[in-house]
Amino acid sequence: MGKTVEILDDVVIRFAGDSGDGMQLTGARFTDTTALVGNDLSTLPDYPAEIRAPAGTLFGVSSFQLHFSSKDILTPGDQPDVLVAMNPAALRVHLKDLRKGGLIIANSDSFVDRDLELAGYKSNPLTDGSLKEYQLVAVPITKLTLNALQGLGLNQKAMVRSKNFFALGLMYWLFSRPMEPTEDWVKEKFGKEPLVAEANIKALRAGYYYGETTEEFTSRYEVKPAQLKPGIYRNISGNEATALGLVAAAQKAGLQLYYASYPITPASDILHNLSIYKNYDVKTFQAEDEIAAAGAAVGAAYAGALAVTGTSGPGAALKSETISLAVMLELPLVIVDVQRGGPSTGLPTKTEQADLLFVTFGRHGEAPAVVVAAATPADCFNMAYEAARIAIKYMTPVYLLTDGYLANGSEPWLVPDADELPKIQVAFRTDPENFHPYSRNENNVRPWALPGTPGLEHRIGGLEKAHITGNVSYDPDNHDFMVHLRAEKVKGISKDIPPQDVFGEEAGELLVVSWGGTFGAVRAAVERVRAKGFSVSHAHLRYLNPFPRNLGDVLKKFNKILVPEINLGQLAHLIKAEFLLPVHQFNKVRGLPLRSSELEDAIIELIGGGK
Amino acid sequence: MADGNGAVQTKKKYTAKDFASDQDVRWCPGCGDYSILAQVQRTLPELDIPIEKYVFVSGIGCSSRFPYYMNTYGIHGIHGRAPAIASGVKTANPDLSVWVATGDGDALSIGGNHLIHAMRRNIGLKILMFNNRIYALTKGQYSPTSELGKKTKSSPYGTIDYPFNPVQLALGSQGTFVARSMDRDPKHLQQMILRAGKHKGTAFIEIYQNCNVFNDGAYFVLTEKETKPDNVLYLEHGKPLVFGKENDKGIRLNGFTPEIVSLKDGKYTLNDLIVYDETSLDVAFLLAQFSDRPGFPTPVGVFYEVERPTYEDMMVQQIETAKQKRGKGDLNRLLRAGNTWEISGN
Repeated sequence: MGKTVEILDDVVIRFAGDSGDGMQLTGARFTDTTALVGNDLSTLPDYPAEIRAPAGTLFGVSSFQLHFSSKDILTPGDQPDVLVAMNPAALRVHLKDLRKGGLIIANSDSFVDRDLELAGYKSNPLTDGSLKEYQLVAVPITKLTLNALQGLGLNQKAMVRSKNFFALGLMYWLFSRPMEPTEDWVKEKFGKEPLVAEANIKALRAGYYYGETTEEFTSRYEVKPAQLKPGIYRNISGNEATALGLVAAAQKAGLQLYYASYPITPASDILHNLSIYKNYDVKTFQAEDEIAAAGAAVGAAYAGALAVTGTSGPGAALKSETISLAVMLELPLVIVDVQRGGPSTGLPTKTEQADLLFVTFGRHGEAPAVVVAAATPADCFNMAYEAARIAIKYMTPVYLLTDGYLANGSEPWLVPDADELPKIQVAFRTDPENFHPYSRNENNVRPWALPGTPGLEHRIGGLEKAHITGNVSYDPDNHDFMVHLRAEKVKGISKDIPPQDVFGEEAGELLVVSWGGTFGAVRAAVERVRAKGFSVSHAHLRYLNPFPRNLGDVLKKFNKILVPEINLGQLAHLIKAEFLLPVHQFNKVRGLPLRSSELEDAIIELIGGGK
Repeated sequence: MADGNGAVQTKKKYTAKDFASDQDVRWCPGCGDYSILAQVQRTLPELDIPIEKYVFVSGIGCSSRFPYYMNTYGIHGIHGRAPAIASGVKTANPDLSVWVATGDGDALSIGGNHLIHAMRRNIGLKILMFNNRIYALTKGQYSPTSELGKKTKSSPYGTIDYPFNPVQLALGSQGTFVARSMDRDPKHLQQMILRAGKHKGTAFIEIYQNCNVFNDGAYFVLTEKETKPDNVLYLEHGKPLVFGKENDKGIRLNGFTPEIVSLKDGKYTLNDLIVYDETSLDVAFLLAQFSDRPGFPTPVGVFYEVERPTYEDMMVQQIETAKQKRGKGDLNRLLRAGNTWEISGN
């Protein structure tokens, strides 16, 4: 019997279960398949810091949200339309986010005494009528998976492990996606365990066919491919894009890439990715600590590599003294800070953008460094490339700020042609004639002179340098001169970055100013407000220090400025200090991306569009 | 052609002068650092490495001003981090000859973590640790090698921390070359520097150094004529352990316990003594504790040398293997790796 197919523009699904239930894997597979069928998409993985939190508990719930669409989309979505809840705890934690009238697919086998109790339910929500505002489909996922896998020769525990594939198969049926890409992936991933591979594929198909035969669903859905710009696409996470951007920059500059790092959530995937690319002349150095990673990167920069050290907030704090050294040495260095919730250990697996002031100012002495920030997962490629370009051209440390959401979230990426990436010129000094380590070119940049070059032997160090010669100098006027010179050099980079662009009118009542990983949420909110007929513009900053040279002019053309951030107002602070302009703020520091809908309300209220 | 250690056949013969920079040396007059600098400058010409391939890296402290006085490449780094910075230099370009000048505070206190990990990895660094058993640049606080109970500016009632034994620490950190020498024994120091320079992998030399301002005479019993022979034991590979004014004392093993015996009374001969084997970690550990053992002479020389693949060689090897297996990287191929799909124009 055929079922009707409804065409949808846009769906947000959230998979939720125990941290051992394989929800991240399930989400990632659904994402890959969705990318391959040509939807635009955006993802939000959200998992606890504990590797295997006790089963069934509220704090052990892991989730993966995916927004996919036949249109160009900007965010992983505020509210899921579909919630797949593998246990009562998952339902309890995520129900509040589900759109009213949304679809719940629950594993009814888990809604029994102990799991209900762990989730704090006094009665079974699947049967007590408390979910009547939603469409509820209770599926005995565990039992059906066990039935499907009988006779394979696996024990009960191993069979139960495949239940996430059953749920995935069911969702593939519901949203009309093919199973082949996942089957191929399973075969490769579990190549050494053919029985496990077979079980997962069987469970996947069982879920799919269950959807087809059960009476529970009267219709299924389809989301047509999005009309994206022509070209070759791949789905990419922020950390993958950062790694590729660094490799691309090194290759285009003709340098080896040297990545020194100490494992830290959520930055470790950059190290993992780069350690694979050895045939691209990538050296990875897993140091004994964060400080050593920064130190090794400084040494590698002196020796002529594109040197990068990657970390998250706590590690950025530890590296601070070494970055100060790099400022004094004037060596090219990229520091990637994948921001996470702080202070201290904070929320290791959650996102935040509260390191902006720290990386801008958090060094002793007058120690200017460049700061750039990626806007979306795929944009991490562009900004990693840009960070490397600036570091090399200006012999300066450059911070690249991404965050936990960008790092783990993913979206389709229009893969650039390597030949069309901007050139990165490297001019090592080789001529001993008149060589002085702290002489300067027209951009106030000193020469990069590598050990091994005859005739250029010189010493650099953390003590103040005499202008031109680079010898140690305690002269008061020289110090004053050098402090100004280092500041001017970094300021001057504003001439070499794109001017700030504005989405919407270039003048008017309200300009929303954002930076970093909030781009999607803020742009979506601004678009919605504009669709309601209000004149609101948006400027998203990728360059935080120095600011684009026209930023002051851009800001001054608006009556009001609103700065939404996942911190207590750090960019707002910089704008107030730099341009002496009043700034309105919107700050939510929940460890999660901003919600477009909340921001939309805040914007409308600010421009007096409410009641 | 260069070998992995930076050694190249070169026509130019250097002299000590070639290694002296034009900067005024600013250590206190009478400081032991002058001798160490001189021995390094005298010894490097013998290594036949072009001068432009040397990089001297240091941390913070009196000893760490060293790079400024060498007419080579150099980085005066930050406190304790010289081994980390030097590790970056050496692994980024293994063709360089990378040396670390550091002190007891710099290497063992604030930088202890980097020191042990550099040795564990066997990165080709030559680490010269000037041990004056005091913080001198900050004007006289106790260091991690100051003897227990030492009265200093920060320990007016005597220290209550037990000192490190740097040789033991180096051996325990899987060091592949561990030696000790003294600022006031220039010939011996030159030998040790030469051996370190030729070693593949991390070479660690503890150099007893006199700070004549804040800890004068810390090693006089070992360095001065009258007391030296009875208190210093020169380690030489393949030779029995003999010391004393008239070479009249030796070290033998009584079971597992070392003991000092007289060679004068006819009871013991050279044949009874430990014959030093610098490839034996057992003997190295045994001898390393002598400096802390009352009544025993302090050994100087090479405690231990073993050949082990260096970190940088293995790093390069992995890259070469990857290139052979997968071909030299093609950027477009990398960017388009994994599952891709094409959207064609309408």
